[in-house]
Amino acid sequence: MIAPRRWLPHPLLSLLLLILWLLLFNTVSLAHVLFGLLLGILVPLFTQRFWPGSPRVRRPLHLARYGLVVLGDILIANVEVAWLILGPVKKLRPAFVTYPLDLREDFSITLLASTVSLTPGTVSADVSADRRTLLIHALDVADEAALIAHIKQRYETPLKEIFEC
Amino acid sequence: METIIEALVALFLLIGAAFALVGSIGLAKLPDFFMRLHGPTKATTLGVGGMIVGSVLYFSTRGEGLSLHELLITLFLLITAPVSAHMLAKAALHLRLRTVERTRGEGTLPRGDVK
Repeated sequence: MIAPRRWLPHPLLSLLLLILWLLLFNTVSLAHVLFGLLLGILVPLFTQRFWPGSPRVRRPLHLARYGLVVLGDILIANVEVAWLILGPVKKLRPAFVTYPLDLREDFSITLLASTVSLTPGTVSADVSADRRTLLIHALDVADEAALIAHIKQRYETPLKEIFEC
Repeated sequence: METIIEALVALFLLIGAAFALVGSIGLAKLPDFFMRLHGPTKATTLGVGGMIVGSVLYFSTRGEGLSLHELLITLFLLITAPVSAHMLAKAALHLRLRTVERTRGEGTLPRGDVK
């Protein structure tokens, strides 16, 4: 018996691939489930050497909750940004904010940067070469410190718990 | 029943179209590149999202079973939108694109070297 770590290096990725496959064909027939399972096992195996240090999900449930929180925030972000765009442009207070990163792994930093880009009025623009700060452009900020505290508490802390603890 | 579903589908299509429109207005109206970036990354996500919910509703109620593969479009959009926005912003920083004068925190930017 080979250890599961060897033939199933990324269980979550395998599950995701299976779900993607079934969605792509829009059915749940046995043949497609089996083929999806096969893909879910083979693709991670063959792509494993391309992963820069595989991310370990320590708390899958927290990850699911994080996904829901972000999804909700995306909805709010859309309405907020639409409102800002339709309002008077002169009133907007754009700013570049340098955000100090606590996360250290590339994968979780990528996730945080993507989240920041998708949520209220902020787009991540650059990660410093030493991976210590994230440069964020915000459409309308009153208080930079408050924005940083908000991102830290709402997104970075959960990500840290999920991936790095 | 049919009418209710059709009304719902129409509602979602309208919501989606409205957000796509607002995103495009933002692209035309906002004064500098970095601010314009906000329109397409966000407003359009919900624009496409609304249309997709409409599509799922329409095809799921036609008696051919649940139709969910449209959701993949949303998923791929959510994965790719931030990446392209990030690359655009990075390129803009490097090219030292002009920003609106009142933009704060500009002194700290890692601008590209002037050639």
